Amino acid sequence: MTTPATVTDLPDPVLGTALVPTLGEGESQTGKDFTSDQEVRWCPGCGDYAVLKAVQGFLPGLGLRRENIVFVSGIGCSSRFPYYLDTYGMHSIHGRAPSIATGIATAREDLSVWVVTGDGDALSIGGNHLIHALRRNVNMTILLFNNRIYGLTKGQYSPTSETGKVTKSTPMGSVDHPFNPVSLALGAEASFVARTIDSDRKHLTSVLSAAAAHRGTSLVEIYQNCPIFNDGAFDAIKNPDTKADAIIPLVHGEQIRFGAAQEDGLGHKCLVRDAGGGVRVAEVAGVAAEDILVHDAHHPDPTRAFAISRLTDSGYLHQSPIGIFRQVERPTYDDQARVQLSTAGEPGDLQALIDGPDVWTVEEENR
Amino acid sequence: MTDAPEKPVQQLERVIIRFAGDSGDGMQLTGDRFTQETAAFGNDLSTLPSFPAEIRAPQGTIPGVSSFQLHFASRDILTPGDHPDVLVAMNPAALKANVADLKPGAVIVLDTHDFTARNLTKAGYTTDPVEDGSLTDFQVHALDLTGMTVEAVKEFGLSRKDAARSKNMYSLGLLSWMYGRPVEGTIDYVSTKFAKKPEIRDANLAAFKAGYHFGETTESFAVRYEVKPAEAAAGRYRNITGNLALSYGLVAAGRLSELPVFLGAYPITPASDILHELSKHKAFGVTTFQAEDEIAGIGAAIGAAYAGHLGVTSTSGPGVALKAEAMGLAVMLELPLVVVDVQRGGPSTGLPTKTEQADLLQVMFGRNGEAPLPVIAAQAPADCFDAAIEAARIAVTYRTPVVLLSDGYLANGSEPWALPDVASLPRIEAGFATGTNHTSVGKDGEETADFWPYLRDPGTLARPWAPPGTAGLEHRIGGIEKGDGHGNISYDPANHDFMVRTRQAKVDGIARSIPDLEVDDPAGEARLLVIGWGSTYGPIGAGVRRVRRRGLDVAQVHLRHINPFPRNLGEILKRYDKVVVPEMNLGQLAMLLRAEFLVDAESRTNVRGMPFGAEEMEDILLASLAALGVAPTADHEAEEALR
Repeated sequence: MTTPATVTDLPDPVLGTALVPTLGEGESQTGKDFTSDQEVRWCPGCGDYAVLKAVQGFLPGLGLRRENIVFVSGIGCSSRFPYYLDTYGMHSIHGRAPSIATGIATAREDLSVWVVTGDGDALSIGGNHLIHALRRNVNMTILLFNNRIYGLTKGQYSPTSETGKVTKSTPMGSVDHPFNPVSLALGAEASFVARTIDSDRKHLTSVLSAAAAHRGTSLVEIYQNCPIFNDGAFDAIKNPDTKADAIIPLVHGEQIRFGAAQEDGLGHKCLVRDAGGGVRVAEVAGVAAEDILVHDAHHPDPTRAFAISRLTDSGYLHQSPIGIFRQVERPTYDDQARVQLSTAGEPGDLQALIDGPDVWTVEEENR
Repeated sequence: MTDAPEKPVQQLERVIIRFAGDSGDGMQLTGDRFTQETAAFGNDLSTLPSFPAEIRAPQGTIPGVSSFQLHFASRDILTPGDHPDVLVAMNPAALKANVADLKPGAVIVLDTHDFTARNLTKAGYTTDPVEDGSLTDFQVHALDLTGMTVEAVKEFGLSRKDAARSKNMYSLGLLSWMYGRPVEGTIDYVSTKFAKKPEIRDANLAAFKAGYHFGETTESFAVRYEVKPAEAAAGRYRNITGNLALSYGLVAAGRLSELPVFLGAYPITPASDILHELSKHKAFGVTTFQAEDEIAGIGAAIGAAYAGHLGVTSTSGPGVALKAEAMGLAVMLELPLVVVDVQRGGPSTGLPTKTEQADLLQVMFGRNGEAPLPVIAAQAPADCFDAAIEAARIAVTYRTPVVLLSDGYLANGSEPWALPDVASLPRIEAGFATGTNHTSVGKDGEETADFWPYLRDPGTLARPWAPPGTAGLEHRIGGIEKGDGHGNISYDPANHDFMVRTRQAKVDGIARSIPDLEVDDPAGEARLLVIGWGSTYGPIGAGVRRVRRRGLDVAQVHLRHINPFPRNLGEILKRYDKVVVPEMNLGQLAMLLRAEFLVDAESRTNVRGMPFGAEEMEDILLASLAALGVAPTADHEAEEALR
């Protein structure tokens, strides 16, 4: 295994895992290697199982040494995740995982750092840490399991629940306006923002691969079904009869088309610029080909990505863009902090430091 | 500078000077420079800066007054002093705010330039105290310091406003002459600080020298004073504040443990200087992270500790309140962590720039569940260095968060420090786990070596520290109760009972690594014991000296370790007829002592945001002695000898 010593030695663009030791010649890992001996304790049918399987299936392919991978979580159903992976891990306290992961990632360039969090953990009690991790662009990948409900505390509305939601704590319907996690992340100038679905393993895996490869903070919102307290929240995008109209697929460099396929094999609906500065859905038949938006995840300005994120329903979900909204290169906090350390000069002289410039000496004979 | 017309020199044993002016008048800088000159001269000294929380409070008002008090002597001293011998007052508010602390005969140097009708009104004077006879008890030198400063710097072409700003240097020069301070350090300091602004540099130097020469030549001052260097043990010394010493202690702890230091912190008075200082020492492998809030500060430090660094978070009382849940997590994770609490007046925002010791019970108990952690306290500015190293030693050795208590008085106050030889400082063993520590037997009887993160060292009860990156030691930890040894989630009642008691036993067992307390009782006849912790060390010591000079016996002991207590504390407390506990809170250590040892400890408290005075402490001790039927004889030594 050979890895560059510091990020300053790295080619540009730099992979998120560039400084993490990799498997040696002839070594290999399987999903089993990443499976801990702990019994998984989520409810039957929980979307978390699918994500766990996908992660256990996807991690070996990164070729990283297992002991150099750390999963950090907060509190909530999804935050039990680290116990089920045979890597290093910490199940911390509610909302604080991004801050703990920031410490780990800043302290150690040779670790692949992952945060597993939920809509309550990341957006309610831990909202502050999330936005600051995103703006700093610390090298970590955040998996935000969004089931739009509080599961572990048994069914209260969450910061992503739709207005009007009737729950144990809102018997007359919630009057809270929900967050759109992707809009929030883009507003915090996150350098990598994506959305995927628990049940679409292929898409989930491809997004996770891109997120892991990204150097900086990657936020991946994963729509995840809670069969106990919010079953069916994502039916429109999972039901084979409706998902073509519900999912707006985002693929860098391709036209944004969806809905039932027309003769060219692509959807009959598309996104176009809106007179108000945003974007809107249009019938392909009604617009000029050059007016159909081509997705540009690499655009330095997040404005267009934000406009696309606004097409997500805030009430009952019957339409949502899915894919990588934004993926741009920007210096990371931890790399820059390490460069300041490594370029600070020769190791300090402790005696000289504590002495300072104004030492006086009392001689023995003066006593 | 030359001393042209020699004036008579009067010998003094000790002097207390207080510089007072508006927040923007540069009184802290003036006091700090006078302190450095005094340290270089070889006097023992103790300082007390006092300033408002507002950066620039309304000009000329009492709340806007900033002051710096310095006590220096030809002998060992313990406090910044009770009553200034000299007050330098740059405006009426500075006079009004401080004159009540002076005793008759004290010297007042005041700047008449700012004694205008408007400023007198702002300060609440109806008549001019310089002229109405209210200062007749004092030796008043009413001088136009501003006018003389402006005159002295006129050749540098500054605006009148800018020229007048050098008046603090003028008064520093005058006082430097009056007490025969060496001036080279201040000249170097000004030359370096304003190297890029030559006109400001030259004006400040000119004002400083003009003030010095004014003292030499004016007839206002008939004598100058000499305070001979203090006797001190042979060695190398510097002057240092508590926050600086504490920062150096953390840097040193990193070296001694061979661990990179990681500070996660959010700015807060009076702890911010630790963040500022550590951010300068990247060449020592120190990483500083200015977090988005107090919680993220400790969160990142916990993350860094998990990753194998010496994790530190620094704050004051309000920050500790916010960090409480994460401190509980660190207790559960059993990771090394140093939590520095530079205490200030509370509750809530309280008195941000004033001192207090009222966080003791917060750091002892302010967490959910049974969450014991070691608590240690620094007792003097220079002692913050040793206290920081001791905090790191306990944290690393026992894999536990440790609270290190300082306070606003220690943080900003300064004293001479006998510099340690860093080569002689004790090493701290990080002792990372390097391999498996357990053998599991499968159903088929097959044995496999594995790693149990909560399998403890039988001596210290510390668990292994296995940072990520070590193959074969992959493990998961978290805030949920864990099974003994293997560390997996466990809700088993008996296991929880065992783990709660084990975490307590681990902290209690730290006492075995703490030296026994030594009581200071020279005659061995004392019936009264005075016990304290933290920054009351100086005032208690000063009070004890005064009582002893009256021929009375009093025993003193001071606590560095508050949790766990040293092993012989209970036995010491039982030896005395009376135990008195002075604290800057409403009796928090007294409560702990009474609860732990069933001793009738008497609490004596002060929560004025200022340290106890030496006289005040003397009175406390005399009252306690009187209750024991012990009283000083009538013909005790003269008052002056007791000062």
